[in-house]
Amino acid sequence: MANLKLSDIAKSYGSVDVLKDINLDIEAGELIVFVGPSGCGKSTLLRMIAGLEKISGGVLEIDGMVVNDVPPSQRGIAMVFQSYALYPHMTVRDNMSFALKIAKMTPAEIEERVDNAARILQLHNLLDRLPKALSGGQRQRVAIGRSIVRDPKVYLFDEPLSNLDAALRVATRIEIAQLKESMPESTMIYVTHDQVEAMTLATRIVVLAGGGIAQVGTPLELYEKPENEFVAQFIGSPAMNLLPGEIVATGDQTRIKLAGGGEAVSNVPSLDEDMGKPVKIGVRPEDMVEATDSYIFDGKVSFTEALGEVTLLYFAPVGDQDPTIAKLAGIHQGLRGSSVKLTADPAKVHVFMNSQSLHYRDQPIKKIATNTH
Amino acid sequence: MDAAFLGLATVVIGVGGCLGYFYFSNLFLDKVLYPASGPNAGHNINRANQIRPWLFLFPAVFALAVYLGYPVFETLRLSLTDRDQGGAFVGLANYNQMLSEPKFWEAMRNNMLWLIVVPACSTGFGLLVAQLTDRIAWGSIAKSIIFMPMAISFVGASVIFKLIYDTRPAGQDQIGVLNAVWMGFEGGFGSVLFLKAFPILILLSFAAVVAYVAWLIWRSGRTTSPLMWIVKAAIVIFVAWLVILSLGSILGVTRADLPYGEPQTWLTLPFYNNFFLMVVLIWIQTGFAMVILSAALRGIPEETVEAAIVDGANPLQVFFKIKVPQILPTIVVVWTTITLVVLKVFDIVFAMTNGQWQTQVLANYMFDKLFRANDWGVGSASAIVIMLLVSPILVWNVWNARKEMK
Repeated sequence: MANLKLSDIAKSYGSVDVLKDINLDIEAGELIVFVGPSGCGKSTLLRMIAGLEKISGGVLEIDGMVVNDVPPSQRGIAMVFQSYALYPHMTVRDNMSFALKIAKMTPAEIEERVDNAARILQLHNLLDRLPKALSGGQRQRVAIGRSIVRDPKVYLFDEPLSNLDAALRVATRIEIAQLKESMPESTMIYVTHDQVEAMTLATRIVVLAGGGIAQVGTPLELYEKPENEFVAQFIGSPAMNLLPGEIVATGDQTRIKLAGGGEAVSNVPSLDEDMGKPVKIGVRPEDMVEATDSYIFDGKVSFTEALGEVTLLYFAPVGDQDPTIAKLAGIHQGLRGSSVKLTADPAKVHVFMNSQSLHYRDQPIKKIATNTH
Repeated sequence: MDAAFLGLATVVIGVGGCLGYFYFSNLFLDKVLYPASGPNAGHNINRANQIRPWLFLFPAVFALAVYLGYPVFETLRLSLTDRDQGGAFVGLANYNQMLSEPKFWEAMRNNMLWLIVVPACSTGFGLLVAQLTDRIAWGSIAKSIIFMPMAISFVGASVIFKLIYDTRPAGQDQIGVLNAVWMGFEGGFGSVLFLKAFPILILLSFAAVVAYVAWLIWRSGRTTSPLMWIVKAAIVIFVAWLVILSLGSILGVTRADLPYGEPQTWLTLPFYNNFFLMVVLIWIQTGFAMVILSAALRGIPEETVEAAIVDGANPLQVFFKIKVPQILPTIVVVWTTITLVVLKVFDIVFAMTNGQWQTQVLANYMFDKLFRANDWGVGSASAIVIMLLVSPILVWNVWNARKEMK
């Protein structure tokens, strides 16, 4: 129902800049996911939108209104916290109606709204319980219900699933996706460090790193056309392999001679001036296939992990490179210790120059100070 | 030197004796009584393990029985007998005599007054200080200073406040702070502001707050059970009485002809001197309440407070609807703990007025009867009355504390 506009948003604690130059337009009805490594400032950004943290610089607009100095309750937002933050001394019903009572709604209206939220979230028979008598998943639903009753312009979720166990996390994730479908006009912002949640829930993902935005895009854009090495390696598991080399042929297709001895062809076009420049190619482990003659990578398998439908091959690292990983369909445990040559479809080979993808060569280079972990 | 040596010797012998008892009794049990060897080794180990807790508990149980259990029954016996008749059983005669003494009823009334005022003020101020010092840089310094009176004995505190309430003849410099301030008022505008307008304001706001609370209680809950109605009605009547009382006091304040320029002997002003004594205990106990409540406030999950802020609650609503309910069990424990101290209050009254000028309390009354009048029967009877008053609160307090620890 509401669109958000973040212009040059910055956050600093004393002389330490946590976030800066955050520019983002969020359309009404989107589910935006902020994702990034721990300490990248994604929760801080969410709390700034909520009004729980002061905005050090820039302008935040909700529905065209500047809300930098508007208190949280008047921003039209509702927030679901990581620890649920249910009021422990109130029943589920009181938890859900607290904000409405503060807003001095009539008892009839409060009852109607609570009933409506309870019906959506199947909380009807839990309304008179205290939070301590609920399971983790139920508490999470109450926390979401507490947001729904307020009918906010923007829903904010701060890592809502990270306190749930693995099975419940998947189920609740699906519930949130269904909730979003049932309220297509509501805007949601969701913070997580789990890329599976990001990929499955988001209409658009915002990858945050080192206090800035590394890339904004739909989940598949991020997967298929990462803007830079950071996003390339952050999205997808295991991470994308990066291999150094230099361009030996340019044009509609680019040919790269790799430092490891192999040669790669990419469908990413290049200019004549790129000839001989050092680059890194990126190939996802799942895009690697066994090569017959020309190969991208040649190495000795140091370790295998058979996951059933696929087998992960780990190659011994060369120099200070991360170990190269390939994901082959089927079971190939016998390959351990043997030499394997790998190649990939030219459409699946990414080329990065100065950490930035050649796909996006017209855009200004983003400096991403990453604290890799 | 001699005393210090004796003290040191006591510590060494006491601590050494305890350690020695535990060590050697344990050794005796394991090596001599039920040795963990020979044909019955397993059986002996089980036996020894069953006996060991009782062995270790014995000193505590013994001391409690001799110094706590026995005196209770002995006091009960003394309260039912008369020493002058060679310890003959006299039934409830001592109690009858006690109940017919106006001084006993004065003590009861004063104790009830203490019971209402001191725990309420100490807990209230403690909570206020804990909340106000929670987020500020010098909060811990403020808390240390407010906690300091806890380190002063009741008698020491009484001496300090006796100086505050001290009186000198009109012509001389007042050494008591209260009289020094009092002599500053001479009936002008400032006096009217501070001694008429200000108290009226406090009384009015008290009446308003109480009336508002009563109104909330009257409206709250959907239960229509007759018992709830009776309880509610009782509360409302009590509150109405309080409101009438405070409105009457306002009338009194406006009419009162204050003796400006005359130094007051504060501790001899009947009724008000009770409050001057209570101030001492409040001064001491606020620190205790503050420390416990401050820790409890810190334990409140920060996110519930943030959720309330997002929900639109203002700071007062956050405090009263989110924070206070979450630490309510702690508040109850603090309140009842201070209540226990108040019921047994003796030192302050003894040191400051000794129960004169209508400031008598039960513990001082008991001391008077036992050790001054040498009336063991009535003295023991009043001791039993104190015990009967303390016991239910004590049980409730322990029950609450245990519930909170779960």
